[in-house]
Amino acid sequence: MKSEFTPPIGKISNINGQCISLIGNDIDTDRIIPARFLKCVNFDSLGESVFEDDRKTLKGKHPFDLEENKNASILVVNSNFGCGSSREHAPQALMRWGIKAIIGESFADIFYSNCIAIGIPCFTLPKKSIEEIQNYCDNQFLFLEIDMKNSLAKSKDLNFYLEIKESSRKMFLSGEWDATSTLLENKNLIENKFNQLPYIKFNTNFL
Amino acid sequence: MSKGTLFDKVWDLHKVSSLPGGSDQIFIGLHLIHEVTSPQAFGALKDKNLTVKFPSRTVATVDHIVPTDNQSRPFKDNLAEQMIETLENNCLQHKIKFFNIGSGSQGIVHVVAPELGLTQPGMTIACGDSHTSTHGAFGSIAFGIGTSQVRDVLATQTIAMNKLNVRQIWCENQLSNGVYAKDLVLHIINKLGVKAGVGFAYEFAGPAINLLSMEERMTICNMSIEGGARCGYINPDEKTFSYMKNKLCAPKNEHWEKALTWWKSLKSDEDSIYDDVIKIDASKIEPTVTWGITPGQSIGINQQIPLLDELSPNDKLVAEEAYAYMSFKPGQSIKDTPVEVCFIGSCTNGRISDLRVAAKVLKDKKVSKNVKAFVVPGSEKVANEAKQEGLDQIFKDSGFQWREPGCSMCLAMNSDKLIGNQISASSSNRNFKGRQGSPNGRTLLMSPAMVAAAAINGKVSDVREFIN
Repeated sequence: MKSEFTPPIGKISNINGQCISLIGNDIDTDRIIPARFLKCVNFDSLGESVFEDDRKTLKGKHPFDLEENKNASILVVNSNFGCGSSREHAPQALMRWGIKAIIGESFADIFYSNCIAIGIPCFTLPKKSIEEIQNYCDNQFLFLEIDMKNSLAKSKDLNFYLEIKESSRKMFLSGEWDATSTLLENKNLIENKFNQLPYIKFNTNFL
Repeated sequence: MSKGTLFDKVWDLHKVSSLPGGSDQIFIGLHLIHEVTSPQAFGALKDKNLTVKFPSRTVATVDHIVPTDNQSRPFKDNLAEQMIETLENNCLQHKIKFFNIGSGSQGIVHVVAPELGLTQPGMTIACGDSHTSTHGAFGSIAFGIGTSQVRDVLATQTIAMNKLNVRQIWCENQLSNGVYAKDLVLHIINKLGVKAGVGFAYEFAGPAINLLSMEERMTICNMSIEGGARCGYINPDEKTFSYMKNKLCAPKNEHWEKALTWWKSLKSDEDSIYDDVIKIDASKIEPTVTWGITPGQSIGINQQIPLLDELSPNDKLVAEEAYAYMSFKPGQSIKDTPVEVCFIGSCTNGRISDLRVAAKVLKDKKVSKNVKAFVVPGSEKVANEAKQEGLDQIFKDSGFQWREPGCSMCLAMNSDKLIGNQISASSSNRNFKGRQGSPNGRTLLMSPAMVAAAAINGKVSDVREFIN
């Protein structure tokens, strides 16, 4: 658990950091942050509870407990990462632990949207490349420099072209990934839409 | 890209703008909120000095943290009390309709909205809960969102989202006796895998789907997300309309006729284009039980837990994890596996028809002495209806505990939890590691009828032996 947490703001064009590898398919959001930690009205203290049950089971051997990973900020995962519950608490917990970007074989839809909404870019790579990174991380530190504009990840030994949804990439480069203000710009269009929808008119019994 | 499907029609109707990045701004017709994923969203509104744009389009209830034994206030759990108070205050401040405990309409958000007639065909529905896909059973386009998107809906009634692809899952023939919607959806997830739905909306269609009741359709759409699809839907038909007629918030009188005409125009065109089509033969499905740690790891009641060699390379990693976590051996039968806890409830299977089918199995039978069994109705309405029908008494006579409505041990945010490595037979939706409140607790997902059968025998059983 890192001491100072500052949420990302504005443009996210370069992410440099040490990789932390977490092996496993279908790692769900209940595992990332068990439901008992959802009893809160803010996200502030979630970082320390990330992967709580998995970490307890592994008694200090979980990647998030290893001394060599304590400064890592780029999480490398396998397929369908973040499946299950829509809890934004999951990426919030990862972010508060210190994760700034995730590279994986694939991500669950809602988890992906949540990450983008709070400023954690999620990149994909083919299974083979992920395994290459994870094997490398087994033996030595891997520091990656991610260049969002060119979707490129560089390091001393390994270089990859990362995939990211074009809409997400553009939002991070322009700094408009915090969607509220973008959506609010279309105030009039929203009003028009509301007035056009057929069911607004016939739902006279709506609450 | 798909064309002419209900998904396309509803999406296009609700599209407010194309956003610079390439995603769409989508108007949300109905926004449902609860105590767990909304407080931070209201907090963000306050931080940004924003108000709720259309308070009448948001409806609240409390479900995840409510105790099911003693619901008197303040709750024994201080944190739970703080969460319900925060929701009460936020709803009061922003003039949002809130169905609180004791209102007669409180319950699991995905049980409550349909029974009030809030859920309607052709709407977009969002909620900070992944099982929002449930509402797709009515031909709405409904999906789970995270807290930042809850904030966006509160502030703008819209969200930014990439349009999904559409996969039709055509279910042929019909389910056989003793086989339920839960078995069908578990079977579908097993066949397609837990991530096949990523980037897709699932359209469930075909004779087997048409034959299902509205509540059974909700069970199917509810678990779309367990197959990776954040949205699942079924085209509306006469069953949809007759379910909705006279519901509290459904259109009335001349509005009903107008609504009906519009709803009928929404269904997928005969010549719709889908991004993918899959066929399932419903008549071949057996009562289905999960054996692992993802909802895709299921087998028929008479099958054996798969050997590693029988699985595709992609499934092996999670299978090995599952054998170890569940303490099951590959090749072992699932039938006769002893269970210690039996849970009937959840947004998947906590509706009146679920309670009826379980009560029918339990009538004049006793729960095994080795089993702790409890039933948690999905809502106050479900509980009241069950009491009127005498179902609560059947449950109690059999040895089931009869509880108050809430999410309960589906995700164990209240005090209903597994202890140690207990095994539960559960009518809920997720068998993830630790899901039911104990870090090493084990969950076997099945239909409510199968949970009832397991409760009687104290072990996983074929419910078809109980019903003739």
